[in-house]
Amino acid sequence: MKVTSYRQDGTGDGGERFAFSTENRARADQLIARYPEGRQASAVIALLDLAQRQTGGWLPTAAIEHVAEVLQMAPIRVHEVATFYSMFNLKPVGKHLVQVCRTTPCWLRGAAELTETCRRKLGVNLGGTSEDGAFTLVEVECLGACANAPMVQINDDYYEDLTPARLEEILDDLKAGRDVPTGPQTGRTGSMPEGGPTTLTNVPPRAPADTGKGA
Amino acid sequence: MLHDKDRVFTNLYGLDDWRLAGALRRGVWDGTKGLLAQGRDDIVRQIKDSELRGRGGAGFPAGLKWSFMPKGSDGLPHYLVVNADESEPGTCKDREILRNDPHRLLEGCLVAGFAMGAHDCYIYIRGEFFREAERLEAAVAEAYEAGLIGKNACGSGWAYDIFVHRGAGAYICGEETALLESLEGKKGQPRLKPPFPAAMGVYGCPTTVTNVETVAVSPEILRRGVEWWTGLGRPKNTGTKIFSISGHVNKPCNVEEEMGIPLRELIETHAGGVRGGWDNLQAIIPGGSSVPCLPASICDNVLMDFDSLREVRSGLGTAAVIVLDKSADIVAAIANLAHFYMHESCGQCTPCREGTGWMWRVMTRMARGEADVEEIDTLLDVSHEVEGHTICALGDAAAWPIQGLIRHFRPELERRILEYKKTRQAAE
Repeated sequence: MKVTSYRQDGTGDGGERFAFSTENRARADQLIARYPEGRQASAVIALLDLAQRQTGGWLPTAAIEHVAEVLQMAPIRVHEVATFYSMFNLKPVGKHLVQVCRTTPCWLRGAAELTETCRRKLGVNLGGTSEDGAFTLVEVECLGACANAPMVQINDDYYEDLTPARLEEILDDLKAGRDVPTGPQTGRTGSMPEGGPTTLTNVPPRAPADTGKGA
Repeated sequence: MLHDKDRVFTNLYGLDDWRLAGALRRGVWDGTKGLLAQGRDDIVRQIKDSELRGRGGAGFPAGLKWSFMPKGSDGLPHYLVVNADESEPGTCKDREILRNDPHRLLEGCLVAGFAMGAHDCYIYIRGEFFREAERLEAAVAEAYEAGLIGKNACGSGWAYDIFVHRGAGAYICGEETALLESLEGKKGQPRLKPPFPAAMGVYGCPTTVTNVETVAVSPEILRRGVEWWTGLGRPKNTGTKIFSISGHVNKPCNVEEEMGIPLRELIETHAGGVRGGWDNLQAIIPGGSSVPCLPASICDNVLMDFDSLREVRSGLGTAAVIVLDKSADIVAAIANLAHFYMHESCGQCTPCREGTGWMWRVMTRMARGEADVEEIDTLLDVSHEVEGHTICALGDAAAWPIQGLIRHFRPELERRILEYKKTRQAAE
């Protein structure tokens, strides 16, 4: 359960003004069109996500209320959504949001050591942002990549099969603006067993699919 | 062991092209028009006959669920909602379908939706699966482009739209009515049932919510025939299943196997065995975090299907096998899960909102031994007060791992408590 306080006005969060960029406004309209007429509230998560990307990673009150206006929803309904879901940040975050998966499958394979590594390396506690504004560190619950544990999510990408040493390198590379391969860090493919597959080595060939259209 | 020719998810590891061209090569979208031509009733009958059970955790018979959708039209649109909010700790199978075989899911959406009289489908994918959602969106665009879905899906005359809907981080949205609330733009708090979604689901319209894997295998059942599917596994536990194997094994992985494969064979054949050998096994959580753990003695012979695991008072759940070797702190591992449920409780029902936090606090003390032996029974009592007293099954899911721990590892709990007391006395 996410516990947050509700602030009526935009004071104190540094984001008193917000409006979608022209591009995001057009994108918002596309997203709203996915739902039946009069059901535009269904797009609230998608629009909050757009707004959060536009501000660089968090939702000031003004952004929440702008989304309410666009969707013709009562502002409190949008506040409810913004405070309920864990991916919405209600205060600014660093350029890279490091989310360490802490739940049992990752924990059994060293998640706590990953958190400790980040803590030490970034000089922050959980929820904290490094002094240079490059990283915010949080722990999150299961991210659903358990066969590639332990893992972290940084912004939109998963980094899997980690060791503390490899995670340190990744943080260094991200900070220096270098490209980092996403996914498994050991060179294995997806969630295939390390060293090669035990299945799918002898799949019989099939005739091309008949889609009825000659495709 | 399942033969490769019987595997449905032939691109489970993403070695082949996930796009339409690759999917067509793998036989996805093959003769889909002909499948639809069998008609709504016949499709539902075949899925019933196949004894396919839902792959999302509860194992409800899929054909029966599909048949709950109203037959006649009362003017309301019907909806298929695919549950891709994969968040049960240990479970990472749907992710592979979403990113490596999205067209198999989309074909399933069309076939299942058609069988329910639906023209619209929403795929609710967890927000963290950002890259997976990107691929899914790209696959949807390809399917429209190729006329496989849209105004005249596969040339069948049936109009069918599929929309991807991203969540934003909430395990509870994997509960079907919470998912519908979330889809409508609200907090994901479960609804009281009845009315069930088939009568009143999203936007008050008849809706069926079903798991990714269940939907994705259904066209293949129709294509290859019910006998092929029922020839795999055991009665009422038929077909193939993707198992996610994590924790203390040498080679954690996802693998598609025959339903009912012995647990030990599954781990030794595909996951490189338990770290340090089978004799180093302490316990296994066989079906995702919500099901009670099993001690090594039961793991020796148990089969991985719904009914076999129920017989040993656990469950197949999502078939996510979490392995703990003897070096693992089993009490701390279950306390970690208690933290998960506390974090993910939506806060709507008092027994769950208060109980999950209470159970986590006690479990944390128990992990250190900082408790009284009598508290073990108090904890068990409280877990039974949470179980079955909430709107949705999250309360049950929070209680079961703790009940499993106490059932099989009570001596370990007692040992820690006595040891802690001894240390304290020595210090004083």
